Amino acid sequence: MTTVASGVARKKKIKLSNVLTKISMVFILSVITYWLGMNLLNDPIQFAQVTVNGLNNGLLYALIALGYTLVYGIIELINFAHGDLFMLGAVFSFAVLTEALGAMAPSTRNYILMLLVLVLTMIFGALVNVTIERLAYRKLRNAPRLAPLITAVGMSFVLQWIGLRWIGSVPVNVNTVLPSTNFEVVGLQIAFKTLAIFAVTIPLLVVLAFIVNKTRRGRAMRATAQDKDASRLMGIDVNKTITFTFAIAGAAAGAAGLMWAQTTGTVAYNLGFQLGLIAFTSAVLGGVGNLYGAVLGGLVIGLIQSYNDGLPVGPGQRWSQTMVFTILILLMVYRPGGLLGETSQEKV
Amino acid sequence: MSNSSVAAHTAVSSNRKWAIGFTTAVAAIFLLNKFVLPGAPEQIQRFFNAWFSLNSLAEVMIWILMALGLNIIVGYAGLLDLGYVAFWALGGYIAGWLMSPFFSGIEINFFGNARPGLEFGIHFHVFLVLILGGAFTAIWGIIIGGPTLRLKSDYLALVTLGFGEIIPQFMLNGADIGGFNVTNGAQGIGALDEVNLFGYVIGTFALPEKFLMVSLMAGAMIFFSIRLRDGRLGRAWLAIREDELAASMMGVPLWRTKFASYAIGAIGGGVGGVGFAILVGGVYADRFNFVISIIILAMVVLGGMGNVWGVVVGATVLAWVNSVGLVQFGELVNNTFGTNFNFPSYQFLLFGLLLVLMMLFRREGFIPEARIQMVMNEEKFEDLEKVTDETKIASK
Repeated sequence: MTTVASGVARKKKIKLSNVLTKISMVFILSVITYWLGMNLLNDPIQFAQVTVNGLNNGLLYALIALGYTLVYGIIELINFAHGDLFMLGAVFSFAVLTEALGAMAPSTRNYILMLLVLVLTMIFGALVNVTIERLAYRKLRNAPRLAPLITAVGMSFVLQWIGLRWIGSVPVNVNTVLPSTNFEVVGLQIAFKTLAIFAVTIPLLVVLAFIVNKTRRGRAMRATAQDKDASRLMGIDVNKTITFTFAIAGAAAGAAGLMWAQTTGTVAYNLGFQLGLIAFTSAVLGGVGNLYGAVLGGLVIGLIQSYNDGLPVGPGQRWSQTMVFTILILLMVYRPGGLLGETSQEKV
Repeated sequence: MSNSSVAAHTAVSSNRKWAIGFTTAVAAIFLLNKFVLPGAPEQIQRFFNAWFSLNSLAEVMIWILMALGLNIIVGYAGLLDLGYVAFWALGGYIAGWLMSPFFSGIEINFFGNARPGLEFGIHFHVFLVLILGGAFTAIWGIIIGGPTLRLKSDYLALVTLGFGEIIPQFMLNGADIGGFNVTNGAQGIGALDEVNLFGYVIGTFALPEKFLMVSLMAGAMIFFSIRLRDGRLGRAWLAIREDELAASMMGVPLWRTKFASYAIGAIGGGVGGVGFAILVGGVYADRFNFVISIIILAMVVLGGMGNVWGVVVGATVLAWVNSVGLVQFGELVNNTFGTNFNFPSYQFLLFGLLLVLMMLFRREGFIPEARIQMVMNEEKFEDLEKVTDETKIASK
């Protein structure tokens, strides 16, 4: 862009606003580094402890963020209802596993039941997400961008209402199948639940990455994301591919819902809004549309939130949400493309 | 061509008609509540209190103000804002800070009307507070819009959503910011000054007068909305909404124009926030949440994005349904049919379905603006979906 007709590169002008942006970015990053470093030196054990907790949450965020990233990648829609789908997954798993099957304490039978219900919840999430796509988003695929976005917000309200009807307006305590015992590794208290999250989410993430990267369907997904018309000409059924994407996203959200209900032990109808936003921030942080970016973003957000809540010197838990949204806004200012994505400024 | 000039002509003449109609309606409601109702039979009083209480009508006016402010951003300039509640909160707290005994350490009185015994704190004249509230939120509109207006529209929606969460959270946690009590946290700021207009004091419980005041503000907003739309800036907004690239080719400065829509739209929220704080007599942080932003958006969408009258009607209907309509209607149904149906619990479903169904079947709103109707139902030319569907039908 900066080359003149003769082919000689034009000297780049240094803009004041760019310099200011750079300086402020360095300043913010150094403040964060100082804060983390100070805490690390202060109390290394607690720092490591908080890190483990952060990874625990981060993996769940990553699972939800994957859904955002997949859907955004393929039809460029911020699926606001996705967070509430996660909430419905949590509520569904609570209703089936805890209430219907009565699995309320750790035992071998209950572990097997939990895995079965995990599969059920994933199917449930996939079905709900596909239904939403079929009923609402598909008709709006060619509409101006405002229309599907507003529809997604509306859908989020509808799902919240379903959750509200299902379990009521008060957060419900879940008697979890997973034991709440800790074990000690080099002075660190690691919860059994954390281990369970690692054991469930990491294989799921690997399977998802495999589906998208290696299978025929995954290739169709990536092609559709790049150019719908061209992939249609190549014989890809675009509608089916988009439905499949929504199904995968819904399944991931369902799995995250069950793991959330089982590890935190609470379910509430308005869970989805906050977590959905956190997960979306993760997706944007990693670079929306990038699968690995979503996982990375989820982990980073989980860590930052955990450091904010758990470190002895820090803003503290009441600023937890504010912290996440501040990251979202700073990201938009400094790196709208995310950590692993390309920059996506408005072309004018 | 001739069609649009006719439309422009009728727009100008209806400019005067609406002012008369609006004033008559407001005056009628005011007189009814001030003089007629207090002496009316009890049954009529009860009916009006239940279905059209003055408090709910005054709130309707605030919602109109808010919705018209958002309409400038969403309807005129076509930028999605999901955190409009932030401006409401900021305006409210400006009123809380500048016309109450909250800052007890200082004593500033600038034509204010401090309550006797509560002379400490800051007491500004209400006009000054309105101007400052508008200016403050406009600055915040620029701060929020500034870094993000270059981004894609859905990113903008998210950043506004983020601010819409951060600012109320700051207000909620603001009882201890580095040792200072900035916002008084969840308790909020109460005991706002009574408004003193040229010697006429509107007391805390003088609802008819308060209604008159917020109606005036809403009327002014309607006036500004119409005038802005027809002016140079408004036409630039509409051009950007319809085709950014084409607008910039025609010499519309994109960034500045978007900034202007953000700042001016924010002013609506700020002024409305001040008005609401005066109406309620205080500001309370827990009221400002995401649902409010969505309700305001639903008002704009329902009525018809970009059309002032559509938005006014949308705001009136939804605000009324929200405050008394749904409850009263539910009671009426339950009493007549002997059912026990909890209508207000369907509020979420109502708003959700409303947004979805409107987008699916009537994207342009119930009282659409002609131009947005065309834009919203425009099919993308390059998409082959239609063609494949047709070939499918043909092959069958």
